[in-house]
Amino acid sequence: MSELSVNHLLGIKYLTEQDIDLIFETADHFKEVINRAIKKVPTLRDITIANIFFEDSTRTKLSFELAEKRLSADVINFSAGQSSVKKGETLIDTVNNILSMKVDMVVMRHPNPGAGIFLSRHVKAAIINAGDGAHEHPTQALLDSFSIRERLGGVAGKKVVIVGDILHSRVALSNIFALKLQGADVKVCGPRTLLPKHIESLGVGVETNLRKALEWCDVANMLRIQNERMEFSYFPTTREYSQQYGINKNLLESLDKEIVIMHPGPINRGVEITSDVADSNQSIILDQVENGVAIRMAVIYLLASKIK
Amino acid sequence: MPKRHDGEFNMSQKVLLTAKEIDILLHRLACQLLENHLDFSDTVLIGIQPRGIFLANRLTKILSEEYQVKDIALGSLDITFFRDDFRRGEKTLEASTTEIDFLVEGKRVVLIDDVLYTGRSIRAALTAIQTFGRPKEIELLTLIDRRFSRHLPIQPNYRGRQVDAINEEKVKVMWKENDGKDIIYLVNT
Repeated sequence: MSELSVNHLLGIKYLTEQDIDLIFETADHFKEVINRAIKKVPTLRDITIANIFFEDSTRTKLSFELAEKRLSADVINFSAGQSSVKKGETLIDTVNNILSMKVDMVVMRHPNPGAGIFLSRHVKAAIINAGDGAHEHPTQALLDSFSIRERLGGVAGKKVVIVGDILHSRVALSNIFALKLQGADVKVCGPRTLLPKHIESLGVGVETNLRKALEWCDVANMLRIQNERMEFSYFPTTREYSQQYGINKNLLESLDKEIVIMHPGPINRGVEITSDVADSNQSIILDQVENGVAIRMAVIYLLASKIK
Repeated sequence: MPKRHDGEFNMSQKVLLTAKEIDILLHRLACQLLENHLDFSDTVLIGIQPRGIFLANRLTKILSEEYQVKDIALGSLDITFFRDDFRRGEKTLEASTTEIDFLVEGKRVVLIDDVLYTGRSIRAALTAIQTFGRPKEIELLTLIDRRFSRHLPIQPNYRGRQVDAINEEKVKVMWKENDGKDIIYLVNT
């Protein structure tokens, strides 16, 4: 098994457990590479990659761009804000125009769920989904599992709780798929209003009491409240949310075990997580960011090797 | 009368070197390294993944156990991401581990691989090693040197045995610790 079963990374839903293993093994090698004096390999010098972002991003965009440059690919960046999209160009036209400039791979973030899947059916390039609406964010889920594997030695059998705004979160959905595929136990925790109906059908447990959830888990993945996606109030005040579902040092120390704290960023300090927790030894937030580059290098490398 | 080559004959492969002959070669190569590098204080040995590491380990063992050279810096280098045939073959190139936990800056590096054929792996290794720093010099040690088959102007500084093999033939080096016994075959494919 030395090849991915897919030609695009559109979501974790389309991957097999072997695909995830292969991505992690490849990422192990790249993690060693990016810790060298010269952090660059010449592998993808004949590949051109377009990063197309129809939605704001700092971390993911930087991480992808760095991963591409570490592999020696040529990179072009495109943000919808300053483009012809505003002049009424369609998605397929925009992308096909970019592809006519001989681009081999497209990394795309888009506010509409399924945008990557749609694109993969209509254009001739390998597509990596860097987040499509509230659907999936596969590289984030991969780097989250990779970080758990690094800290705890594996993912299978581990108990992971995802806390916060599950309803608007593509990170939550991709994480649920990835963790379940690798044999972890998953629970989601948050106010009822932010938990999707029928989420149990994905095979996850539901808990509305944060303390109970934390007592149960090995890993807590804290999500940000996505105010920009909320068209009306899901909870009375941020202060109340923070008291019920925010994690702080007292709460963490009152547990009878050390759990691992994760956060996909950007952090709202004092809302879902306090500073002393975010900066503690139990937090692997910055490891997640470092691993993000290695994971994205692995995904790009494995997909690029399938381009004929 | 003892049978030469342990009776390992068949139509498609013939024995090139036996365990005894390999042992003699390894000792000669170790002595040649010793002659040029003396106490190895400035020297690092680097086995090229995946097959060069067995030879590098063996030489290090001989140098430390039989010639009392202490603290030899030994590493392994994976060249997968530096190869020039990415996307040119059918399969995805799979990487192995790189372990170089010392500095190569200003050091005398000896690259070690079992078979020197086209020279492309060594070309990749020369690029790869530079990502760890700028060595003072780089030498090449190879157990089997396939003559007349080079694609690049690369020659070994230390060679175990020179072999004339046609392109359809393959040199298969087997090691006790990995393949059960020490033996080298010339295989007709």
